[in-house]
Amino acid sequence: MKMLINGAERVVDDALRGMAAAHPELVVDAENRVVVRRDAPVAGKVGLVSGGGSGHEPLHGGFVGPGMLDAACPGEVFTSPVPDQMVRAAAAVHSGAGVLFVVKNYTGDVLNFDMAAELAEEDGIEVAKVLVRDDVAVTDSLFTAGRRGTGGTLFVEKLAGAAAEEGAPLARVTDVARRVADASRSFGVALGAPTTPAKGSPTFDLPLGELELGIGIHGEPGRERRAMMTAGEIAEASVGAILDDLTPTGPVLLLVNGMGATPLLELYGFGGEVIRVLRERRVEVARTLVGNYVTSLDMAGCSVTLCQVDEELLRLWDAPVVTPGLRWGR
Amino acid sequence: MAFRDAEFFRRWLTAAAGSFDAEADRLTELDSAIGDADHGSNMRRGMLAVAAALEKEPPGTPGAVLLLSGRTLVSTVGGASGPLYGTLLRRAGKALGDAERVDDAAVAEALTAGVDAVSQLAGAVAGDKTMLDALRPAVEALPDYAAAREAAARGAEATVALRARKGRASYLGERSVGHMDPGAASSTLLFHALARAAADE
Repeated sequence: MKMLINGAERVVDDALRGMAAAHPELVVDAENRVVVRRDAPVAGKVGLVSGGGSGHEPLHGGFVGPGMLDAACPGEVFTSPVPDQMVRAAAAVHSGAGVLFVVKNYTGDVLNFDMAAELAEEDGIEVAKVLVRDDVAVTDSLFTAGRRGTGGTLFVEKLAGAAAEEGAPLARVTDVARRVADASRSFGVALGAPTTPAKGSPTFDLPLGELELGIGIHGEPGRERRAMMTAGEIAEASVGAILDDLTPTGPVLLLVNGMGATPLLELYGFGGEVIRVLRERRVEVARTLVGNYVTSLDMAGCSVTLCQVDEELLRLWDAPVVTPGLRWGR
Repeated sequence: MAFRDAEFFRRWLTAAAGSFDAEADRLTELDSAIGDADHGSNMRRGMLAVAAALEKEPPGTPGAVLLLSGRTLVSTVGGASGPLYGTLLRRAGKALGDAERVDDAAVAEALTAGVDAVSQLAGAVAGDKTMLDALRPAVEALPDYAAAREAAARGAEATVALRARKGRASYLGERSVGHMDPGAASSTLLFHALARAAADE
């Protein structure tokens, strides 16, 4: 597989150096692997910190800036960052108002953020944590690691980030993040497997003419393989899986997300089908975002995320945000 | 019963680092079948950092060797493997305390404490198709190091038939059956190196 890289070992470091050069409004510490908004710590403001394996860009580093994250910790490709990074990030954004960790529900991320929270509290920083587990493809039971955190992470980071920017205290920012996490559901589909730089070949074998339903964002195979479907059929399967799990009683935010190798031309066509299905199912879409936001390297495919919102959450969605990946209202 | 000093533990973990380096591609291959294709490269990075740390400033006691190694793994591996392997070695190191030499019964007790801590942190037990399927039978076979190596290998082999209940392979449900758990496979490397270090004395 051909890649636009200098070498598999330096993919993450090179990307961070590029980010530092392109975004002077961020402090990108490539050596310690922490991305921080330049004006941090903002006096009196709760610090919002997230992080996770690399390969999902713009998540999380691309969501650092006013109105969203204060800092992000990129790990190796598809690998949780280490506690040292998170402690460093927490210290950099802590103004005295406390820090919220937004954690995607994977065993590694949970363990490393837990260790980091303990260490940061030993340093006198009040830390709260919110787990994102929105992927309905995973059966949530005692016999699995629980639902994965995927597209819903964007909603949690945006809405909790807006609340923090308004000056809400830690308890309220945490409450917003929890409500958004609880109200978000996602379903993903792969048309092709991603290739990690370390492996150099696709992480699973997906023949022409087949697709994989219920895929995660780490090249881990999904739950079910089927003969290739049309965009309309994929929209029906995705929305159906989500609505089987959560029936919205009010308006929703909709994220039609590309996995990295699916052109926007296809993604908008798919998004139109998703909105059609939602209309047929009498779900009111308040806002729609279409694009590559929570990606999986060069995986072809898409995911759908719905987040039920009330007036307050809708206002927080519309609030200004200034990050490399999301930017509006200012 | 033999006594083991800091040098023994240093030789053990340095040899283990060599095995992780040599076997990284195989571990990544196993991980790409039911995980996310990064176990080999992550563990290689962490174990090579352990070997470098032990060479740079060799700690004076067995406990200190294990603590430094565990801390280094937590700081360099990431994923679930970093905290889990890090906890295994740190807890074992704590159990050994400040003693300059420890007997094999103490080694067995310390590694058992480490495996208990991993089990608690992961919320997993043997049978869940995780590293514990190799670690648990291995520490139960101690202080016979050769028997521990064999028990770890058998435990890893037995994960092929299991359905994963913890970790990333659990997302696959029934489709995780038929593949060896990469964490169990990597745990056998630790006990291979331990048996080799003991045989060399």
